[in-house]
Amino acid sequence: MKKKMNVTAESSWKEVTPGGVITESGNAGDFRTGDWRSMKPVWNSEKCKQCLMCFPVCPDSSIKVCNGKMEGIDYDHCKGCGICAKVCPFDAIDFVEE
Amino acid sequence: MARKDKLSGNEAVAIAMKQIDPDVVAAFPITPSTEIPQYFSKFVADGEVHTEFVPVESEHSAMSACIGAEAAGARTMTATSANGLALMWEMLYIAASCRLPIALAAVNRALSGPINIHNDHSDTMGARDSGWIQIYCETNQEAYDTMIQAFPIAEHKDVRLPIMVCFDGFITSHSVENIELLEDEKVKEFVGEYRPEHYLLDKDNPVSVGPLDLPPYYFEHKRQQAQAMVNAKQVILETAKKFEELTGRKYGLFEEYRMEDAEVAVVIINSTAGTAKAVVDELREKGVKAGLVKIRVFRPFPFEELGKALAGLKAVAVMDKADSFSAAGGPLFAEVRSAMFDHARDTKAVNYIYGLGGRDVRTDDIMKVYEDLLEIAETGKVKSTVNYLGVRE
Amino acid sequence: MGKMIEIRWHGRGGQGAKTASLLLAEAAFDTGKYIQGFPEYGPERMGAPITAYNRISDDPITLHCNIYEPDYVVVVDESLLASVDVTAGLKKDGAVIVNSAKSPEEVRPLLKGFEGRVCTIDARVISEETLGRYFPNVPMLGALVKVSKIMDEDAFVTAMESSFRHKFASKPQVIDGNMAALRRSMQEVKGL
Repeated sequence: MKKKMNVTAESSWKEVTPGGVITESGNAGDFRTGDWRSMKPVWNSEKCKQCLMCFPVCPDSSIKVCNGKMEGIDYDHCKGCGICAKVCPFDAIDFVEE
Repeated sequence: MARKDKLSGNEAVAIAMKQIDPDVVAAFPITPSTEIPQYFSKFVADGEVHTEFVPVESEHSAMSACIGAEAAGARTMTATSANGLALMWEMLYIAASCRLPIALAAVNRALSGPINIHNDHSDTMGARDSGWIQIYCETNQEAYDTMIQAFPIAEHKDVRLPIMVCFDGFITSHSVENIELLEDEKVKEFVGEYRPEHYLLDKDNPVSVGPLDLPPYYFEHKRQQAQAMVNAKQVILETAKKFEELTGRKYGLFEEYRMEDAEVAVVIINSTAGTAKAVVDELREKGVKAGLVKIRVFRPFPFEELGKALAGLKAVAVMDKADSFSAAGGPLFAEVRSAMFDHARDTKAVNYIYGLGGRDVRTDDIMKVYEDLLEIAETGKVKSTVNYLGVRE
Repeated sequence: MGKMIEIRWHGRGGQGAKTASLLLAEAAFDTGKYIQGFPEYGPERMGAPITAYNRISDDPITLHCNIYEPDYVVVVDESLLASVDVTAGLKKDGAVIVNSAKSPEEVRPLLKGFEGRVCTIDARVISEETLGRYFPNVPMLGALVKVSKIMDEDAFVTAMESSFRHKFASKPQVIDGNMAALRRSMQEVKGL
């Protein structure tokens, strides 16, 4: 059973959980880290050979893969580290300013 | 039938722990609390309890292990004294802010330095703002009884705070006195099962404990923690009521001894209250209207109740077995006098710091305090607000 | 309120003065008294002078301080008389009981002018003859109960026997020796 916490920066002290316990698991996705980015990776599907080298090196799980295929980049969470662009053997990922 | 016995304070508390049969005990030995984990580890070795005993390598680790265990959903206990409590310091705050109802037997000992193993209250008084409930005990019986009440208070849903049961090192911990013990099954029934709302081993409701808490949330969590301590007062009283129904032994936030028509009174905590009661009896026989208030619950502080109890007296001496080096008296004095401001503003209040590092407090010493109070009552003048009792001048 | 009896024990670390005070507390408890038994902890070295205390009363005891004006003093080690003022504060109508082969008259001059009763007991001989080793505890305890009359002698002996049976359940051969030591000390104490 999954409980929704509904605790926000507007919640009163009576509404927050005791000791700040987080009662909802897997909630890292709710935290948008995409706005930390100053540089961004841009995927070129034409050049991509689906080698998936980018997928395991991304520290933020922001390479979107579906049915074994690279499908793009999750800009809500990509912090713009550029590792994917560096590791791509086919120059299929550009690394450009936001 | 309850069992009459003769036990030291440490033995009595270890037996209370055996009867509670907690899930985890993590402790590191330090005089004068060493015997508690020592006796308890024997109960574990003999299979008399189901507890996982964690013999850690320091008190910091002891409290850390307690925090981990309690967060996992285990009912957890420990014991320590003085420098051991000081080494736990950082983790005491974590336990309280994570709202983990750990129970700690705090066997009061002077906090070094200079190095000293004897009794005063500088250890737990130093931890008074760590967010732990603190209950102080005069006798072995009170230490035993309070330990049994500890979890029903600490684990109550309106409280969920860790609790220290404080009693005097050597004087109480190592002195053998008469005691009445409860039957194991009655203790088990009174303490009940621990059913935490959130715990790490709840696989159906996974949680994270102790997250980073930045400015948008931290203050709200501290406000909530403060409310838990406010709530604790009522829960302590309700628990005491249930305990009285079980045993006939009555406990409150503080004990008023011969206060009915008292004109002067001493406010005191722990074992010296007993010595002072003997002095009150002696004075009463001479017709002197002397009384005594023994504070049992120091955290939460019975601000309102205590202020009212002291209203109408001519003079009050607050006795501190710890100095706070505030240059304005001991910690008990600061709080009692503050409590008196609303309800007993006309009552003169003076402070006596006594018994530091195990300096024995004789009935003559206490008698001197009452004599001073009677003089203040008569003249209405306070010669010295903060005094040191029994120190060589 | 009934009279409270206060007892001070002087011994050396390792000789069992603390244990003796606890045994006394236990025996008095078993005869229905309110009791306290507590040591004054010092540096806890073997051989260092140590003090232990007992309070025994028919009413609950609230005092939690050391004893300064005892009714009885027990000196477990005679050599302490040279270094410790054992009769300090001892009530004149009380008594001091010294573990010594000497007579009370011989010991009195060592007691800094104490005018009350002086009793002696040769706990070494009793212990070695009954237990085969030097444990002065039990003989001193027997002598104290005999001198002080703080409890009924028969009730005391019964309480001690049951305590020994409990303590030495795994080595019953020690029980008879201890009981013999107890009885002999109650007969042989001098200065009654």
